[in-house]
Amino acid sequence: MSHGITRRGALAAGAGLLAAPPIVRQANAQSQFDWKRFAGERIEVSLTANPRSQILIQNQREFEDLTGIRVGSEQIPEQQHRQKFVIEFASGRPSFDVINISLHVNKRQVGRARWCTDIRALMQDASITSPDLDFADFGAGAVAYSTQADGRMDTMPEFTDYFILYYNKELLEAKNIRVPQTFDEMYESARRLNDPSRQIYGNVGRGLRNANVVLWSSFLLGTQQRDCLDANRRLVTDSADAIWAGEFYKKLLRDCSPPGVAGFNWNEAQTSFMQGRAGFWLDGVGFAAPLEDRTRSRVAGKVGYAVVPRGPGHHHCAMFGTALGIAEASRKKGAAWLYVQWALNKTNQLRFLTSGAGSPARTSAYRNEEAIAGSRFSREYFSTLVESGRISRPGLPEIVPVTEFRDTIGAALTSTIGGADVATELRRATEAFRPVLEQSERAG
Amino acid sequence: MAGTTATLDGAAAGSAPRRRRNYARQYWWFVVPCGAVVLATIIFPWVFTLWMSAHEYRLGGGSSWVGFANYAKLVSDERFLLSIVRTLYFTALSVLIPMVLGLLAALAFHRKFPLRGLARTIFILPMMATPVAVALVWTMMFHPQLGVLNWLLQQMGIPPSMWVYEASSVIPTLVMVEVWHWTPLVMLILLGGLASLPIDPYEAAKIDGATPWQAFRHITLPLLAPFLVVALIIRTIDALKAFDTIYVITQGGPGTASETINIFLYLQAFAYYNLGYASAVVVVFFTIIIALAMVLLWTRARVKDS
Repeated sequence: MSHGITRRGALAAGAGLLAAPPIVRQANAQSQFDWKRFAGERIEVSLTANPRSQILIQNQREFEDLTGIRVGSEQIPEQQHRQKFVIEFASGRPSFDVINISLHVNKRQVGRARWCTDIRALMQDASITSPDLDFADFGAGAVAYSTQADGRMDTMPEFTDYFILYYNKELLEAKNIRVPQTFDEMYESARRLNDPSRQIYGNVGRGLRNANVVLWSSFLLGTQQRDCLDANRRLVTDSADAIWAGEFYKKLLRDCSPPGVAGFNWNEAQTSFMQGRAGFWLDGVGFAAPLEDRTRSRVAGKVGYAVVPRGPGHHHCAMFGTALGIAEASRKKGAAWLYVQWALNKTNQLRFLTSGAGSPARTSAYRNEEAIAGSRFSREYFSTLVESGRISRPGLPEIVPVTEFRDTIGAALTSTIGGADVATELRRATEAFRPVLEQSERAG
Repeated sequence: MAGTTATLDGAAAGSAPRRRRNYARQYWWFVVPCGAVVLATIIFPWVFTLWMSAHEYRLGGGSSWVGFANYAKLVSDERFLLSIVRTLYFTALSVLIPMVLGLLAALAFHRKFPLRGLARTIFILPMMATPVAVALVWTMMFHPQLGVLNWLLQQMGIPPSMWVYEASSVIPTLVMVEVWHWTPLVMLILLGGLASLPIDPYEAAKIDGATPWQAFRHITLPLLAPFLVVALIIRTIDALKAFDTIYVITQGGPGTASETINIFLYLQAFAYYNLGYASAVVVVFFTIIIALAMVLLWTRARVKDS
């Protein structure tokens, strides 16, 4: 039987060839993500002023060229930013589409009021979610931090801030002191380093009301109790473990820290450490960049990095975090979602890490050996970040009145630096804050 | 002249009374824009503040009627009561010291001496600086280990101070900043007063053999009294509402040692978002200010009468 080219076959082949270009275009459309989908739109982005926001704003042009979306960005100092966005959200018509929030302060408030849209719904829409998003790359802890108690994920994690131990290598070597592994060792070493006659102090840290609570909670995380709330969300800041953490805080800041530390926030502590006046400083990871800046810091190249020492019950470091959310009231959620995907892509997250702007929420950044090797920060810094990620735990309770909590407990802690009794102060502060918390919890 | 000039009450000058026209009704429309602004910016905020003060009102958390509960809570709130004491302490020092120093400076700059113009200009420079910028610079200078102030004290053999980093010294230190910043204003007001004083009483006193102190006590001070009261009122209002300097330098700390009513109010409203309670604080604070203002106005009236 002959199978040569028939007239019918030739016609069918010709029709097929004619139809091929549209079919190929459609196939390409499915495989290639359309970043230009919202070209011509303009979105407003409200960021907290910090080095990470600076990186996003500096590279914003990349996003605008990629998508054709124009971006209006603002960056406002942390405390003022928090007030501004809360007031704008409460007004019902926020001026921004994308918002940068501190999870450790505003997570519950934003979640309860449902001010931000559920990211999961956007993520499931393949037409507006880039295949490059690689959501699995975000650390489990960071994702959990961005997820509300009801399961809604109303923000995408941006940055995870761990408390780490900065130490002055030169001072420790001079007295042959090794990096402390426990809180007790830390205190003993700080005492040995303390030399007020030379204005050298074993330790420096936050003593100012509000700011100081995260240092105290770093010690509390090392106890059996670990958290400020119990399983029933009741306040337990006057328990034996809480008082132990308070006593440790008191003796570390009273015995081996500079005079006047009761009024120190992170900036005063940073100044003292940068000038080589302190052996230890326990604070967030974001300070590596200024400490290693040779134009400003006397300890550049001499800074050691270590995880927070182990406590008597557990080994944890306090974790805080920031995230990007999309306003529920926004009419440009699609464009805003594209911005969030770009802002938290692997390139930007690696920029955060290698510039010392902080520890990114994506895990791939830490595995990029080439970029890490080329960074100005020591390998010790990066290994401390990775290790801190393994032992991290939220440093503040997830409650709405978190600022009031920090003020009330913080005032008690500041008083202890002045010599007040820890148990009395913590009990008084707990009694003062308990009704506020109970009222807030009753509200939902 | 023919009686054609119309007056507001409708009478025509020099002519027989005619039917009175009520111009007032049509002029009411001219008052409407101004009235609307007053209503929107003064009366409505006040009524709304009173309404909020009777509610448990939290941003993002809804509101509920609580009557006078917020006021009752204020009465027993130790932190609030202490903030009133601190506000009065801060205000008293921040008014008295600049008044005394401003008067001395005005007397000094009223005399003629070489480069007086330059000296006056230098003296009023602090007043021109932005309070927040000034506060940031002072914060750096107050650092107990690295600040220039303690370095200066050490050079003079004086032990270092903790400045704003210790509860006992924080308010006097903040007053020091306030004095540095605002004494020039008092000096300017009083200098203007001194320049306007007549010379005759001084000449008469000199002939009668009055000492410089007697001339100051019995001539300068009484004649300058209206200007002193004006300076006193301005300084008291400024000191009572002081916020920026305190917030930038201490945020009310250490602990709550420099938490004045303004800082307390700010925290309640914009850090705790407890607007109902904060509104009650505003009402109480307003009452205190009104009481103080009445005392000052009464003083001014008495000075004027005398």
